[in-house]
Amino acid sequence: MRAIGVFLLLALFPLAMQAMDSMFYVSLASRILIYAIAATSLNLVLGYGGMVSFGHAAFFGAGAFVVGIMAVEGVRSAWLAWPAAVAVAALAALVIGALSLRTRGVYFIMITLAFAQMVYYIFVSLKTYGGDDGLSLPGRSTVGIGTLGNDLVWYYVVLAVLAAVLYGLHRLVHSRFGRVIAAIRENEARAEAIGFPVYRYKLACFVIAGAVGGLAGALIANQSSYVSPSLLHWIQSGTLMIMVILGGVGTLWGGVIGAAVLLGLEHLIADYRIGWLAALAPNYQDHGGLAVGIVLLAIVMLAPEGLAGLFARRRDA
Amino acid sequence: MPASLLLEQSLNGLQFGLMLFLLAAGLTLVFGIMDMINLAHGSLYMIGAYFMASFAQATGSFWLGLPLALIATAIVGALLEISLLRRLYGRDHLTQVLATFAVILIANELVRIVWGSQPVLLNTPAELSGPVTLPGGMPYASYRLAIIAVGAVVAVLLYLLVTKTRVGMLVRAGASNREMAVAMGVNIRRLFTIVFALGAALCALAGAMLGPIFAVQVGMGENILILAFVVIVIGGIGSVRGALVGALLVGIVDTSGRAFLPLFFSLFLPPQFASAAGPAVASILIYLLMAVVLYFRPQGLFPARG
Repeated sequence: MRAIGVFLLLALFPLAMQAMDSMFYVSLASRILIYAIAATSLNLVLGYGGMVSFGHAAFFGAGAFVVGIMAVEGVRSAWLAWPAAVAVAALAALVIGALSLRTRGVYFIMITLAFAQMVYYIFVSLKTYGGDDGLSLPGRSTVGIGTLGNDLVWYYVVLAVLAAVLYGLHRLVHSRFGRVIAAIRENEARAEAIGFPVYRYKLACFVIAGAVGGLAGALIANQSSYVSPSLLHWIQSGTLMIMVILGGVGTLWGGVIGAAVLLGLEHLIADYRIGWLAALAPNYQDHGGLAVGIVLLAIVMLAPEGLAGLFARRRDA
Repeated sequence: MPASLLLEQSLNGLQFGLMLFLLAAGLTLVFGIMDMINLAHGSLYMIGAYFMASFAQATGSFWLGLPLALIATAIVGALLEISLLRRLYGRDHLTQVLATFAVILIANELVRIVWGSQPVLLNTPAELSGPVTLPGGMPYASYRLAIIAVGAVVAVLLYLLVTKTRVGMLVRAGASNREMAVAMGVNIRRLFTIVFALGAALCALAGAMLGPIFAVQVGMGENILILAFVVIVIGGIGSVRGALVGALLVGIVDTSGRAFLPLFFSLFLPPQFASAAGPAVASILIYLLMAVVLYFRPQGLFPARG
């Protein structure tokens, strides 16, 4: 029931911002929510499935490029472009997962990274669609009655998608499928001995995560009507991973908390000038990465189970 | 295809491979002995290159600046290990990724604060700025030959260190079975600080030598870090010999792919496709190489754990 409260607050947020005439924050918030969807999809495979994928940006970026390329070619309907983005991302996840899941541990981390880098270079080489410079879209997707150009409408679309993704994840991890995935994560040999087709379950989990990652990509392409190959770069995979670890691995809200804290922190440092700090170091705001790094280190040392773990423990106490 | 081009590209591949080896050697030992994923390894490479640029300018000599940069980076590496990384050995890989990612962010910003955001200039030493003529009459940059020589000497020294000395024996013991090494009374903490400082010095050497060829700038460590990881995974984690073989493989495949694939594609593709597909496929080649190696040898070419 906490979830309903959170979504109620998120639904009221833009109205409050409108009243305060700060619509910029609505746009920032939809950006954070999109990253929350991407991080949540990674959390399914990384947290619940125990498969440390270091190549999730491949699906995120591929979804973004599918929407971008279709928009440039004149197909701007969300009803066509978004399912196409999801399908391409799922297909990529099927191929990458089928090959990668034969390895374990560190080797799995590295081989998913390798495949994601291959996808990155493929999109960089598409000179017709921007190459290194990225691709500008003519505008946001259309849904039949009009475009999603209005930032307020767009925020609610993103929020609805996030709610659906979280609800789907909740149902999935509590289903038979989710329990088998958890069993495989805890003890793969035993799950295999009981008779579960471990490989197929893991692959299914990987593909679902990739598909949702592609959906998040479709949204990020619309967010600023611009698709950059940096969405596919390994730094992006790393950032999504940081969000998940930061928020809480294998927790429902982990991806959301991680995305909100990381992006919120970056924004906070860039936009709010702290008086005494500015007196000490006048251009400290140009070095936001320093503060983000220090906060991340502090969280590693003080909250080993991520921020969601911190909240959970406090509730128990 | 002219033989001189083939020779030139082989030398370029050898040179890049040897520099990758300097990075990969430290990384593979850290990974192999302590089971620690250290993303900040690339930051030591960057810091080494910046130190080199400063010391070379301050002393007015490339060769005086080089040892100073190595020592300074080794000290930074040892301090990093003692103050932070040591606390991460017992933690899971994900925590190590998060913490060392944070170190990358911090290191990038500190470098920006000290040296600024603009790339820093690092010149080749004057006596090595011209070309030399190779047997067969082909001109080749003498500085690149010097890099090959330095890389080869260090590789031999490292081989002797690991196989012939007591420290090397302890390192190998730690890489093949850490618990057993500890049970036999090896002071693994001190050993690891030494290994880490050595790895940092090797990073600095690579950064200093490659500095005049690539730009010395913030973020230079991130891309080469991934290549170093590819190298140690191909070679087998924890194996210095594997790191050498993997580095040479990656160096030669990457360099020759970049040189020859565009030519190859232009044989049967229209020029605009060939010029776009060549570099892309060349970049993909090393990852493909890694995927193929892992498919047939899931533990890498030279598994260290017995």
